[in-house]
Amino acid sequence: MEYDAATRLYPGTPKPAVNELNLSIPDGELLVLVGPSGSGKSTALRMLAGLEPLDEGRILIGGNDVSTVRPRDRDIAMVFQSYALYPNLNVAANMGFALKQQGVPRGERDQRVREVAKLLDLEPYLDRKPRNLSGGQRQRVAMGRAIVRHPQVYLMDEPLSNLDAKLRVQTRTELVELQQRLAVTTVYVTHDQVEAMTMGDRVAVLRDGNLQQCDAPSALYHTPANLFVAGFIGSPAMNLLRASAGGPLLVGGADIGIADDLGGERATVGFRPEAVVIGDGPIAARIRIVEDLGSEVFVHLVIDHDGEERRIVAKAEAPFAGSAGDNVHLGLHGTIHLFDNADLRRTSVQL
Amino acid sequence: MIRRARRGSRLGVGESRATVIALGIAAWVIGMLWIFPVAWTVLTSFKTEQDASAQTLHQGLTVARYSDVSHSTEGTLSLATAFTNSLIIVLVSTTIVMLLALPAAYALAIRRVPKWRDVLFFFISTKFLPIVASIFPIYVYAQKWNLIGTRTILIVLYIAINLPLAIWMTRSFFSEVPRELIEAAEIDGTSLFNQLRSVILPIAAPGIAATALLCLIFAWNEYFYAIQLNFAGASTMPQWVIGNVSTRGNFLAKLSAASIIACLPVILAGWAAQKRMIRGLSMGALK
Repeated sequence: MEYDAATRLYPGTPKPAVNELNLSIPDGELLVLVGPSGSGKSTALRMLAGLEPLDEGRILIGGNDVSTVRPRDRDIAMVFQSYALYPNLNVAANMGFALKQQGVPRGERDQRVREVAKLLDLEPYLDRKPRNLSGGQRQRVAMGRAIVRHPQVYLMDEPLSNLDAKLRVQTRTELVELQQRLAVTTVYVTHDQVEAMTMGDRVAVLRDGNLQQCDAPSALYHTPANLFVAGFIGSPAMNLLRASAGGPLLVGGADIGIADDLGGERATVGFRPEAVVIGDGPIAARIRIVEDLGSEVFVHLVIDHDGEERRIVAKAEAPFAGSAGDNVHLGLHGTIHLFDNADLRRTSVQL
Repeated sequence: MIRRARRGSRLGVGESRATVIALGIAAWVIGMLWIFPVAWTVLTSFKTEQDASAQTLHQGLTVARYSDVSHSTEGTLSLATAFTNSLIIVLVSTTIVMLLALPAAYALAIRRVPKWRDVLFFFISTKFLPIVASIFPIYVYAQKWNLIGTRTILIVLYIAINLPLAIWMTRSFFSEVPRELIEAAEIDGTSLFNQLRSVILPIAAPGIAATALLCLIFAWNEYFYAIQLNFAGASTMPQWVIGNVSTRGNFLAKLSAASIIACLPVILAGWAAQKRMIRGLSMGALK
């Protein structure tokens, strides 16, 4: 599938919701579209589905230009955030609905529905109506409805957001397994970067309708293209501090040993919590809060950087000896990213 | 003395039992006052004529008045004729109204036409005109086309009266259908007709039932056009009731019986449909 300079501008708004999106999705890939609210990820998905018209550019599925083709003729299946199950039909009828509309004979229809029901553990619920199902069961019916159609593409619009946290994690892994087994191209939209990182073969980060970076999760994590991606991917977020445009790089008043000033264009320095080591080091800091998660500890600190108090997060090994109010020293050991004043990442240094 | 609420009582936090009881009594009293005229009419319909004029409470009840009104006298409108006329007019006009309102509601709620708000307002604005102001031109044309005294003219007029209301209500029920459901149906490849039949109508069914019932009620009770545009032959129930107002004296019991008979079909229909109707009406109210 391909987005070719696809643009969508809602009438009456000044900026496009999706601005000249260029994305190429190979067969069988699970691509995640991620971004904050209003980033245009749902709009981009709906353009692929045919539920939103294109103002400019093209959409291609299987090499064919489908920009003006109706949704029903695009051979796609969609799972909605609210599942959109037909309330007056039972589970079997819900899953077989599309097949019935396409004129598939009853015997084949029943057989395919039963196959998918078996795959998703829905066999005991075939006679029930959606209102008598739990959230997780409804989600599986929505998936089943999509799978039974054997489409070329699956589109999923935040299908896990309405599940509770534990069910979400469990269903996430099942979904990935399922997709790998069925080997159908899937485009998955979410606002949760953890979901994006754990599920996607590749992840496309969107902001205000513009594509920031599309890469494998590890590439996004270790080599973010710009400040936005660096701050968006990874939890807790990367520590981002102002950096002087010339001279040695100072963090919290201490020289950390990086001389590169990006030709005078240096503006921001970033480092992830795991690059901050609490113990001895040149940076003075005070502990605000210690978050003990059992297997790892996140320590929130305050340093005096560039004349103001700035907050940073450090990752520490459990058990951690410090507590709120303690004065400690920090050293940086790991990847340090340098961003220029156009917010692009220019280089990364290993300390 | 402060009384603590008994275990399992339905009092809210901070509510005193005395206030709750007082409000309950007040509610019942007001309810009784409201229903009083109808209750009195029902009672009167079972009295003898002497009883009725004297307005005494109870001096032997009889169903004789009901049989009196049911039997027609030569030359006057019979119950059977009026009932048939009303039934035909009401059913035909309501059916046509619903057949027209459903597509209109679709165009205003689901696949919105440009300027749909203006269109809606235009529809409802046709009801701003007082009915009395419209009778003269209507009468002139009805006479010109030989429609005075026919069922046709009333059917046409009742369609015109009820259509704006039906469109307005049906539109609001259609807009209750979640957008994503329609999109899912679109992706599943339903034709327009199937979309309506399999997805939208089952969800909006209570609302549509409520709308149809309201149209039925309004058409059944319509009096002004009926009296202006009819002779005895095609007359409807309201006219039949009035026909029982005698110039020779007050036959209140007979009139009461006639009124109750006229109300009965609508009350029964409403009773049968009440669950659906309440659900339908409150559904629309939340939008």
